[in-house]
Amino acid sequence: MSWVRKDLLGLEELNREEIELILDTAESFKEVSSREIKKVPALRGKTVVNLFYEPSTRTRVSFEIAAKRLSADVINIAAETSSVRKGETLIDTGTNIQALKADIVVIRHSFSGAAVMLARKLDISVVNAGDGWHEHPTQALLDMFTLKEKLGRIEGLRVCIVGDIAHSRVARSNIWGLTRLGAKVTVCAPRMLIPPGIEQMGVDVGYDIDEALSGADAVNVLRMQFERDAREAFPREMDYFRKFGITRERIKKAGGNIIVMHPGPLNRGIEIASDVADGPNSVILEQVTNGIAVRMAVLFLVSQANDKRFSAD
Amino acid sequence: MIKDSLLIKNGRVIDPVSRTDGIKDILCCGDRISGVSAGINEKASKVIDASGCIVMPGLVDMHVHLREPGREDKESVSSGTAAAARGGVTSVLAMPNTEPAIDSVENVELLKKIIHSGARVNVFISSAITRGRQGKELVAFELLKKSGAAAFSDDGCSVDSGDLLFKALVKSRDKGFLVICHCEDRKLSAGGAVNLGPVSTRMGLKGISAESEYRRVERDISLAAKARARVHIAHVSCAESVEIIARAKKKGIKVTAETAPHYFSLTEEAVLGYDTNMKMNPPLRRREDLEAVKRGLREGIIDVVASDHAPHTENEKEVEFHLAEFGVTGLETELSVAVTELIHGGVLDWQGLAGKMSLNPASILGIKKGTLSGGADADAVIFSPQEEWTVNAQDFVSKSRNSSFLGKKLKGRVRYTICSGKVVYAAE
Repeated sequence: MSWVRKDLLGLEELNREEIELILDTAESFKEVSSREIKKVPALRGKTVVNLFYEPSTRTRVSFEIAAKRLSADVINIAAETSSVRKGETLIDTGTNIQALKADIVVIRHSFSGAAVMLARKLDISVVNAGDGWHEHPTQALLDMFTLKEKLGRIEGLRVCIVGDIAHSRVARSNIWGLTRLGAKVTVCAPRMLIPPGIEQMGVDVGYDIDEALSGADAVNVLRMQFERDAREAFPREMDYFRKFGITRERIKKAGGNIIVMHPGPLNRGIEIASDVADGPNSVILEQVTNGIAVRMAVLFLVSQANDKRFSAD
Repeated sequence: MIKDSLLIKNGRVIDPVSRTDGIKDILCCGDRISGVSAGINEKASKVIDASGCIVMPGLVDMHVHLREPGREDKESVSSGTAAAARGGVTSVLAMPNTEPAIDSVENVELLKKIIHSGARVNVFISSAITRGRQGKELVAFELLKKSGAAAFSDDGCSVDSGDLLFKALVKSRDKGFLVICHCEDRKLSAGGAVNLGPVSTRMGLKGISAESEYRRVERDISLAAKARARVHIAHVSCAESVEIIARAKKKGIKVTAETAPHYFSLTEEAVLGYDTNMKMNPPLRRREDLEAVKRGLREGIIDVVASDHAPHTENEKEVEFHLAEFGVTGLETELSVAVTELIHGGVLDWQGLAGKMSLNPASILGIKKGTLSGGADADAVIFSPQEEWTVNAQDFVSKSRNSSFLGKKLKGRVRYTICSGKVVYAAE
């Protein structure tokens, strides 16, 4: 099995072997970060551009560190979404980056499909670092990597994703990735935050968090964006915490062994209790660490595939 | 030799008025048809051999955006009517969402001048229902009708005020003009980009529900019934709308309806790759909706196929899906899509197709088109019904290329388009 895609746009389009290849590659890169000199020359001479149309610290920093540990040169561009309409188009920005002889564009954008569109127009690699509500493939990959590290497998696991499913790219990518590797996924949220037809993505839907947690091996707690989309569905943050918040009691009630994940940044006391976030079930900081290995793997694989593509021409 | 004459020989002539279907010749003198029969042997100044071809009345497309005045970068009367000619369309109804909107006698006169100097086929004018299509103040219907408005539509916008639309419908009955309704409750559809359902969920896009369309169809029909006026529903896309129109027709309400080729040939699945040439309003819907639209056409619930030709520049389409303009071109592909899906797909026969694409829209608009009979205007399309061709962006004569059918193989190719007795398009 070898990787042939020049881009990573989402997990929907990947098959099981491709996902496993990324996870295996990440495993071999993980050790680099624990070396005294945290660097390998895999991407030496390559240029990675982080093109972020949405404010993001952790994903951007994680990609930057991943690229640097592969010895790539990294440029960060923070573009304002609000000026997209007036200023340069996304495609023009992309073709300019290509003309600068960059090798990989890592794009974060508030509109769904932005990475897909850019990838269609560019010969260089495009890595989706989150597009609208659509996909955030590297986040789901690092979630899966962490799960596999903790439990030894994905196949047959029962994973609950709780929170604003409707507006979550993390949820969508996790659903595609987990189900493709044979996990059983339940999404749980207030009715208004469950998008229509989500069952057709191969998940069960629950509206009661205690039911959804019972028998689960892991719970992925989504960040509730009360400053944005979640407000109209759940006017009071405290009500959300009472009905859906992940607390010690709920963990205990569900058996006590559930692994607790969160893509960050945390809203303590809104979707997750502090003592859970910092407690023994939480793997939240390990996720952050694993994010680097996963992103190194992705950057490495797309770069290699694109090199091959051009040498084949 | 008859001066200024055209003889179309040996074509299979389809005329939905006389129900003609047979190999015949058509002689046109000047801008009129002077005779239709087998074996016409007069010497004409031009002869077209239509052997193996269908000869139908030129298409009447009652939903076209020519973009002029104001957006000549997208399309003009000249380029849009050239596209019409290439598609076998000899009459179009130009929608008023131009800049300025066609909402006054002055603007109608302006458009008439442009048409007079640049149109390659017949252009009929739709005025707006309200000033600036703002939904606030009714236009001067009678004056506009007198100056040449063939219909009234706030196309692209629904008249949100039921009270205002009711007044317009009452006037339409009294003064004898046609109101066309774009049915969309923007309170339900706002921010949406694709059909609401599994596809919008997968794509992470805000959806446009069927409710936003059919609830407005329901309202507009009931207002028309109350006003005892007739009303025409534009671009029907969902099963519920078809049902509502069917029920209204059964009750004797004077409603007519139209759909566009993309609604009976494509489903929401086509949008999954974020192709902005699949983005239009109303959006592509589910398989069940497509089947319902076909059933509507077969059972006479939907009277008309119109293109909703909506040209946009590449700059407006090659952007993030959410930002891309709604709408697709259609004049140059509509006949072939209809032949492929409706004729070869067994939904309609040739008479039925000629009805949906020429006679019915002509009757609804009250214009003397849609027939091939002695004395009628010499507007015809001649096409080879089995010939396959591939839709190629480079071949479009429209200024815009935002077609949903790029790269698709279609059956039925236009060989000649005749408008007012002149060949306005001939395939190479």
